Amino acid sequence: MQFPILSVIVFTPIIAGVLMLFIPAERKTETRVTALAAAIIALGMSVFVYFSYNVGAGGYQFIEKYSWLPQFGISYHVGVDGMSAPLVLLTGVVMFTGVLISWGMDDRPREFFAFLFILATGVFGVFVALDLFMLFFFYEIAVFPMYLLIAIWGWKETREYAAMKLTLYLFIGSVIALVGALAMYFVSGLGTFDMLELEKAGFSADFQRLWFPFVFFGFAVLGGIFPFHNWSPDGHVAAPTAVSMFHAGVLMKLGAFAALRVGIMLMPEGAKIYMPWIILLTLVNVVYGAYIALVQSDFKYVIGFSSVSHMGLVMMGFATLNQNGMLGAGVQMFSHGIMTALFFAVVGMIYDQAHTREINKLGGMNKVMPLVTLAFIVGGMVSMGMPGFSGFIAEFPIFMGVWGRSPWIAILAAISIVITASYILRIIGRVFFSRMPEDLEGHIKDITALDKVALVFLSAILIVIGVYPDIMVVMVESGVNNILRLLGGA
Amino acid sequence: MEIVSNYLLTFILFSPVFGALVLVLIPRDQVSLIRWLAFALSLIPLGLSIALWFNFQSDLPGFQFQEQATWYAPINSTYHVGVDGISLTMVLLTTLLTPLAILASFNITDRVKSYMILFLLLETGLLGVFLSLDLLVFFLFWEIGLVPMYFLINQWGSEKGERELWGGRKMPARNYASFKFIVYTMAGSLGLLLAIQMIGVVSGTFDLLRLYEIWPALNQPLFGIPIGTVKAIAFWAFAIAFAIKVPVWPFHTWLPDAHTEAPTAGSMILAGVLLKLGAYGFLRLVLPLYPEQAKAYAGALGFLAVMAIIFGAFAAYGQNDFKRLVAYSSVNHMGFVVLGIAAAAFAIDTNNAAIALEGAVLQMFNHGLSAAAMFFLVGVIYERTHTRDLNEYGGLFPLIPVYGGILIFTSMASLGLPGLNGFISEFLVVRGSWPILTLYTALAMIGLLFTGAYILKGIKMVLHGPLNEKWAGHISEINAREIVVIAPLLVLMLWIGIWPAWILNVINRAITMFFQGA
Repeated sequence: MQFPILSVIVFTPIIAGVLMLFIPAERKTETRVTALAAAIIALGMSVFVYFSYNVGAGGYQFIEKYSWLPQFGISYHVGVDGMSAPLVLLTGVVMFTGVLISWGMDDRPREFFAFLFILATGVFGVFVALDLFMLFFFYEIAVFPMYLLIAIWGWKETREYAAMKLTLYLFIGSVIALVGALAMYFVSGLGTFDMLELEKAGFSADFQRLWFPFVFFGFAVLGGIFPFHNWSPDGHVAAPTAVSMFHAGVLMKLGAFAALRVGIMLMPEGAKIYMPWIILLTLVNVVYGAYIALVQSDFKYVIGFSSVSHMGLVMMGFATLNQNGMLGAGVQMFSHGIMTALFFAVVGMIYDQAHTREINKLGGMNKVMPLVTLAFIVGGMVSMGMPGFSGFIAEFPIFMGVWGRSPWIAILAAISIVITASYILRIIGRVFFSRMPEDLEGHIKDITALDKVALVFLSAILIVIGVYPDIMVVMVESGVNNILRLLGGA
Repeated sequence: MEIVSNYLLTFILFSPVFGALVLVLIPRDQVSLIRWLAFALSLIPLGLSIALWFNFQSDLPGFQFQEQATWYAPINSTYHVGVDGISLTMVLLTTLLTPLAILASFNITDRVKSYMILFLLLETGLLGVFLSLDLLVFFLFWEIGLVPMYFLINQWGSEKGERELWGGRKMPARNYASFKFIVYTMAGSLGLLLAIQMIGVVSGTFDLLRLYEIWPALNQPLFGIPIGTVKAIAFWAFAIAFAIKVPVWPFHTWLPDAHTEAPTAGSMILAGVLLKLGAYGFLRLVLPLYPEQAKAYAGALGFLAVMAIIFGAFAAYGQNDFKRLVAYSSVNHMGFVVLGIAAAAFAIDTNNAAIALEGAVLQMFNHGLSAAAMFFLVGVIYERTHTRDLNEYGGLFPLIPVYGGILIFTSMASLGLPGLNGFISEFLVVRGSWPILTLYTALAMIGLLFTGAYILKGIKMVLHGPLNEKWAGHISEINAREIVVIAPLLVLMLWIGIWPAWILNVINRAITMFFQGA
């Protein structure tokens, strides 16, 4: 039997989380070391999966399948393809860097890391699940700890409100998606939740017309699609740093990914019917999200809304249903995940010392934190879609895909690039380079070595993909080809 | 050494990045080591491109030293580089000016390490534009060069000065200028980006050599719109992006601000090389990809060029800030480049067109030399007097005769005095354009008159007239390092003025082979 590497990746975090709960609460260092060890194992394994995935062969690899509840056709069935392997890697990276930058967290780190790792298991699980039931199972595992993480460790001003809003939004979304999924289960008549089987079910056009929106939008809520996006900036802002990184970096991808895997891949006809409407909604995401980010006065809200804008591009790419668009969307999920994790890490580092996130009350950070400045600039370049960074590699094919659908949408969406450049440059100028306000003078210190490791690691990934895209795009392309096959070459 | 000669262009392109990585490892307080190392490292691309110049065979058509490697396979974009006579000239200009600019920045004391790293990265960005034969890679380098330049202006620009925005809010002038520079250029590139995406979708490739065949020959409607309309829109998307960079009137307003606020070496590269990117874009992309549209709109382009020449000269004459005067002179001189291009676009197959283009390319090279020299000289005097106001100078010739001599020499080259380089190229442009766009060329001659006026104004206000007493004893002569910076430029100005054949042959063969297939 081959080594069950995906199962190890999925369950390492939760096992580590349970182990941590047995460590006495006052032994904080041991807790942190356990967390770091688990994160390194998960990261190492996901790097291994990423680089040993055979792109030439394509399809699902590292498959494991055990029957679980055979009477309902539920099995434990996992595997990765070119679309999900980068996302597994992304989760590993964000988990690792999240632990590094939360090292100094002093308020009940044991419980914090335990919840965070339960969440990580849920996320890994969704990305590798090939069984619809398992996918929902892990999806809920990923969403629930978020409530506690925000409500307990979040920003005091808004944490109860934000945690409640986020959880309700996401649960309602997932319940709606679940209804659609159950409809698929019963109507298919195959008596299985296995997605590889359901792909072949051949649902009628009428069925798909009715149920596609349930599944797609149910999940797309977590992807932040307009007009269901407004839980997300509130949630990002209220969450503690590592949770924001997870939340924007990985969790939003979960929504987009599930919308793709369950919505578009299982009901391709439905996707074709609703495609123009989804593109229009995501256009609003892209442009309006960027505009709202421009007018924020709170640093973290700027990043929060920028996520809405960039996730709009992901779903816009999916909605083009052509090769370029989906390719770009796949890369954008990874690129945005790393970028936004970097952004939230930077915001957290600044807030921890300055105790304010008001852009106008910050300034001069480059004098004391040169590396943070550099990392933010790298992230900013990615966000602006500057060539040479991963954002360009992702956005360019998305736009090409949109050109294939409608030139006008492509032209309108391009406005967001200039708006994004404006808000990024505004922050760089204000927060990092302008004169430091007097009340902050002398209170800001440079970041710790662990923080630096995390920032350098994230920045390097963004540059490597930007300079040599083939390291990722070829793999994503193989995943896209699989989806296009389901779409009948549309 | 075989590996170097096989991948010569890659070595030229990435040796500055390599240099930047070396600098990263040096501790930041080793200021003088960093300076000398940066200078030494920037000589590597210069040496390699001189080797390139001598190994280049100007009689062969097409691109030489081509390299192609996989880069972005799913959308058929490759790392494809190569040179012809046009890009070769520009590569030489870039690699020549960068070491000089670095040498000119030895007086920078603030964060020297970051400054030098940015400069070397900037060089790679510029070289990439000239070397790439893939539309997407071209765009990559086109945009990436903005980032170092933005930070050079924003962080090392002149510390004085404020700009009032709408609503009365004030911001430091260098922040205003750098923001205007990057947003202007990025917004201008937006159309270019969209047009490149569309070309990629339609043609399925970004390789320039293939696009030269596919794209102009395309004649079925796209997106339900007649192909003529689509191409016309795409033409203007390209043209505006490049016109902003050149800059052509009325897209030039970022330039005086950026130049005025940039550090001296930044201005040297900005005027010397960055402006050439726009003109190079016209030559490499617009004319070959849109021959029909270029012909149809050549008149409009020629009109804008004439406006740039005339208004540029007038505006330069009206300035009291020495650096702004030189900045507007760039608008004026680059106008001739665009005039030559417009004339050639109108009648691409004629002999006159070839002459006009030759003049345009040589003018790009010449303006690179003289503008860099002029900005450097402005920097030299600013460093001694801490003012750029022309009224504050006066009668400095007896105090600093060597500087005065160099300033007059450079000004004359810029003015187009026969025997110096500017004359050759402006003559060729005018000679080539006259039979094609007679009226515009005649109007441009009026502009030339005012060129003389503003150049003489600059010389007069700085060197002649009554001595402003406060400088007596307080101003020092140009020093040895500064002479080393400017000497190569002076030599080249004179050399091209007297014996231009060495460079004109290369340009001439490249133009006729690339544009006329002969």
